[in-house]
Amino acid sequence: MGKRVLLIEDEPNIIQAISFILSRDGWRVDTHADGGTAIAEVARRGPDVVILDVMLPNRSGYDILQDLRADPATCALPVLMLTARGQKKDREMAERYGASRFMTKPFSNAEVLDAVRAMVLT
Amino acid sequence: MPASALTGSRIRERRIALGLKQSALAQTVEISPAYLNLIEHNRRRIGGKLLTTLARALDVDAGQLAEGAEATLVAALREAAASVPEIQVDRDRADDLAGQFPRWADVLVAQYRRIVALEHTVESLNDRMAHDPHLAASLHDILSTVTAINAAASILVDTRDIEGEWRDRFHRNIFEDSTRLSEGAQALVGYLENAAEVDLGATLPQDEVGQWLEAKGYHLPELERALPADPDKVVRDAPSINSNSAKVLARRHMDRYRADAVKMPLGPFRMAAEELQFDPVRLAQRFGTDMAAVLRRIATLPQAPRAARIGLVCCDGSGTLTFRKPVDGFALPRFGAACPLWPLYQALGRPMTPLRAMVELAGRDPVRFLTYAIAGPVGASGFDAPPVIEATMLILPVERAQMPDLPVQRIGSSCRICPRQACDARREPSIMAAGV
Repeated sequence: MGKRVLLIEDEPNIIQAISFILSRDGWRVDTHADGGTAIAEVARRGPDVVILDVMLPNRSGYDILQDLRADPATCALPVLMLTARGQKKDREMAERYGASRFMTKPFSNAEVLDAVRAMVLT
Repeated sequence: MPASALTGSRIRERRIALGLKQSALAQTVEISPAYLNLIEHNRRRIGGKLLTTLARALDVDAGQLAEGAEATLVAALREAAASVPEIQVDRDRADDLAGQFPRWADVLVAQYRRIVALEHTVESLNDRMAHDPHLAASLHDILSTVTAINAAASILVDTRDIEGEWRDRFHRNIFEDSTRLSEGAQALVGYLENAAEVDLGATLPQDEVGQWLEAKGYHLPELERALPADPDKVVRDAPSINSNSAKVLARRHMDRYRADAVKMPLGPFRMAAEELQFDPVRLAQRFGTDMAAVLRRIATLPQAPRAARIGLVCCDGSGTLTFRKPVDGFALPRFGAACPLWPLYQALGRPMTPLRAMVELAGRDPVRFLTYAIAGPVGASGFDAPPVIEATMLILPVERAQMPDLPVQRIGSSCRICPRQACDARREPSIMAAGV
């Protein structure tokens, strides 16, 4: 059984593409599209890696990340943040809140795959 | 052209020749003596109905009072010269230029007006680019769609042994996303093109309500009657109010409007407002209500013909503008923060203290207004909770009331578009610096 990644993203076609490439690489992929219930989903799924979009319905990815870092059970969980906002201040905010990696849209499949692989190795 | 050839001077000469007092003439033509004084000293340019009315009262033809095209050109040249204070010119010789080289003077004035129009466009676009939530959401949507297309296309190119079902699914996704991208890009282009127009359209619920109130002149006769109209029906029938958030805001505005109308019935209040020269403290005493309600009521009186419009602006405790009734010469920023020197914000720092201030707005043609402002708690307050504060400011053009002898406070619209470079309250550089 491969390692588990939880993809929290609300764009259906991005979900399909990322799920496809990670599955082909041997990852077990779970997906979730609602920011409001994302924390409960992390607790339920217990992933090895989280891919977290910033702009989600009902709750921002930054707020979710803050909660993950405040919980001892998930404070060290590798989290890759995805956003369409690539400004310096967005990157700084992601770092301040404890993102393991930060990636701006549009990104390539290879970049996502490399980032997820690297996060479980470090 | 000698100064005495200007319209205001002609009016003054004619009035004195007839032995009329300034106040008597002002009363006859239904304007304030202060406004007539400004006109007579050529500090306000007039035309149209007011010029005709004055001419009739002075028993002369309007054409005899009017300055003519040449004087208009001279005034525009002087205005253009005033906009470049760093270049010293003898403004009194503008008439020489207009008289000897009228076509060159036309070119100069046309270019000056073009610059003013372009500055207005820059101001509007900057306001939109910096703060427009619709634009941010559109760009985010486009980038997400591009990402989805790129991801699906990469899979199709890089995965040699892809199953038929997956291949078909990604082909379909690319088709759907490319259609969505095309539509999104077209909508965005149309949106940005419209930004150059004066009417920027409603992008926020507050804008929807603002457009509706603007169309109605901010006066709602259906709520003035003893048996008022059903507010929900009024909202349903309002053409510009579409979003649920805008409906909530409109309903809230109407509830407050109705409460003010009950406390200050239209007929008696209108008479008292004229009699007391819009003095909000005396009006509040007469009607036994609070000053903020009086300020709102003054601003929502029916617009009198020929009279300059009265403005109103409200903000919450964070300084966010929650209501805007704009007035010519006093720009209210659509997005972002306003000038921190506004009496509105001074009131916020001194709750329950009525403030009166004469202000002058920065700009090519600085305009003065009399403002009344007050801040106070709204809604029910209780123990262990911070009070919810709202500030209200009435903006009276100088021709609408007797101007008290007050020091003039120089203010702006917002730092981004304010030309006053040396200002202790400046938060950020102005885009109106030299070179724009």
